Amino acid sequence: MATSTTDTQDMAPGSVHGKPYAVATTFDTSHELLSAIRGIRKKGYRKLDAYTPFPIHGIDEALGERRSKLGFVIGGGALAGILTALGLQWWTAAVDYPIIIGGKPFFAIEYAVPITFELMVLFASFAAVFGMLAFNGLPRFNHPIFNYENYARVTDDGFVLVVERDGNHFEPVAIVELLNELGGKNTEVVHEDA
Amino acid sequence: MADLAIKPNTQLDLLNTTIDQPLITGEPTYHSITESVSRVVENPPSKFWFGLIAVTASLLLMLQVMLGYLVATGIGVWGNNIPIGWAWDITNFVWWIGIGHAGTLISAILFLLRQRWRTGINRAAEAMTLFAVACAGIYPLFHTGRPWRAIYWLLPYPNTMQIWPNFRSPLEWDVFAVSTYFTVSVLFWFVGLLPDLATIRDRATGWRRKIYGFFSLGWRGSARHWKHYELAYLVLAGLSTPLVLSVHSIVSFDFAVSILPGWHTTIFPPYFVAGAVFSGFGMVLTLLIITRKALGIEHLITLKHIDYMCKVMLAMSMVVGYSYASEYFIAWFSVVDGERFAFYNRITGPYAWAAWTMITCNVIAPIPLWWQAVRKNITAVFIITIFVNIGMWYERFVIIVISLHRDFLPSSWDYFHPTYVDICTFIGTMGLFLTLYLLFIKYVPMIAIAEVKHAVSHDIEKGAHH
Repeated sequence: MATSTTDTQDMAPGSVHGKPYAVATTFDTSHELLSAIRGIRKKGYRKLDAYTPFPIHGIDEALGERRSKLGFVIGGGALAGILTALGLQWWTAAVDYPIIIGGKPFFAIEYAVPITFELMVLFASFAAVFGMLAFNGLPRFNHPIFNYENYARVTDDGFVLVVERDGNHFEPVAIVELLNELGGKNTEVVHEDA
Repeated sequence: MADLAIKPNTQLDLLNTTIDQPLITGEPTYHSITESVSRVVENPPSKFWFGLIAVTASLLLMLQVMLGYLVATGIGVWGNNIPIGWAWDITNFVWWIGIGHAGTLISAILFLLRQRWRTGINRAAEAMTLFAVACAGIYPLFHTGRPWRAIYWLLPYPNTMQIWPNFRSPLEWDVFAVSTYFTVSVLFWFVGLLPDLATIRDRATGWRRKIYGFFSLGWRGSARHWKHYELAYLVLAGLSTPLVLSVHSIVSFDFAVSILPGWHTTIFPPYFVAGAVFSGFGMVLTLLIITRKALGIEHLITLKHIDYMCKVMLAMSMVVGYSYASEYFIAWFSVVDGERFAFYNRITGPYAWAAWTMITCNVIAPIPLWWQAVRKNITAVFIITIFVNIGMWYERFVIIVISLHRDFLPSSWDYFHPTYVDICTFIGTMGLFLTLYLLFIKYVPMIAIAEVKHAVSHDIEKGAHH
């Protein structure tokens, strides 16, 4: 998802590193990361991402990210669960093979409630988990950010800010300088192939 | 467990969530949290660990032998016989599934209530949920005697007999409730694990890196990941909360929807849920008291965690005690002979010893928890949790066996005797549970690393700024 640039113009043939993907830098705290994001957005950079050990409050607003649309997927899952459960219980008991049990009606909403609830939860949970993975493009075992020398700190104690290449407009040297000014450490150009 | 032990290099106190008390005493950093938890996974297993798992795996083997014997011979190898058609099998089923409830309660309900102290214990409690439900699932499956046939008795799929399960039966609701509960618990647990598996991946080399990398699904910790992740986690918590309440309610319907005195009561759903939470916290405390000591993570699972869990347990003990009293009152108040007899027989009949064991363990034993000194005394808490574990097993035994053993026809009254297969199967499921738990604490980060960092980030960064 992050490497959505489509141009292959500047792919240097025979280059050791492949084309540059982004400039990455590391901060020690989430506050520093947040103020750096605000700082670099003021300079007009929009294709940003941040890599953090835990979710940071307010980072979506700082990055200009919109709210997750996962809720619609989950709602669809819940609805599918309800319809499946009601359909299954009604069709098997009242249409396909009606059996009189204790003189009770073939189908009644009351007895259908527990299974309808359970399947709603089940389908909604599947929608939440697999929807989350799909929106995040996971599983994906290879990604240019893993080429960042300092990446291992992301899942430990590092707050990494990434300015991604935006089409052909990419001036790594200027971005490195800017990120260093903003207090970033271990700033480097990350390439698509290590 | 010398080589499993970690130096308590941080003094985390996740429980002080009030403003006047800091979340952390001492000088922990994000990195020290990573270290504390990861080292348990990274150090090679100790001889003590191997010794323990040798014992539990032997018990697991015994379970397999017993189940194999049951399948080859028939359910006559168990002691149940008419009128006691359900005995240890369903007692153990309800006991295990009840134990599972604490995990979901801690991970989902306390998450929604924003109880930050849960982050120290939720991972282990969720794992216990999975393992307990796995143990529980064995009983309904094998009490059919022919588990492979249970597939078409229980699951609605088009089979050659062209007949469908009876959806009007609470036993069928139970199939859906338990399998949904297990599946959703696995999903919830796994989603919570993703960032922590990535942490282990990034610290590992060689084949370990590949394995943890595979299971972390390539998690990168991107802000876009977290955005969807947080919503998914919140919704899973929101879905699990009513789910956990529904599961034991539906388990109670197995009894309450029947017309047997002792089973046919409307108090069962809330009473069963409270009992489940009670026994679940009992088991979580039993295991965590041992685990924190054995792994040297007393600074991550603190006395305050234990104190809070004791309070939940005490509250549930009172709900359970109230439910017992209410059952007797309603039986008397109903002026129905069958009802009155069932409850009179419960405390004075041949099984009076079981009923009084239940009341002693569940209502009287937890009373000392009213005193803080007792809640701070690990040994005392441990002993009380053992009482609770035993008492809650007896509660299910009392409800199931005592209600059945003197049925409507006095000539068929009987007394249940467990066979060695009953006993060995039950001990065997403990082997399964403990084997899975031992594998879990050794190969999976047993404390939610990312969540702990999140919970204490404010305090850590405040320190980093001066």
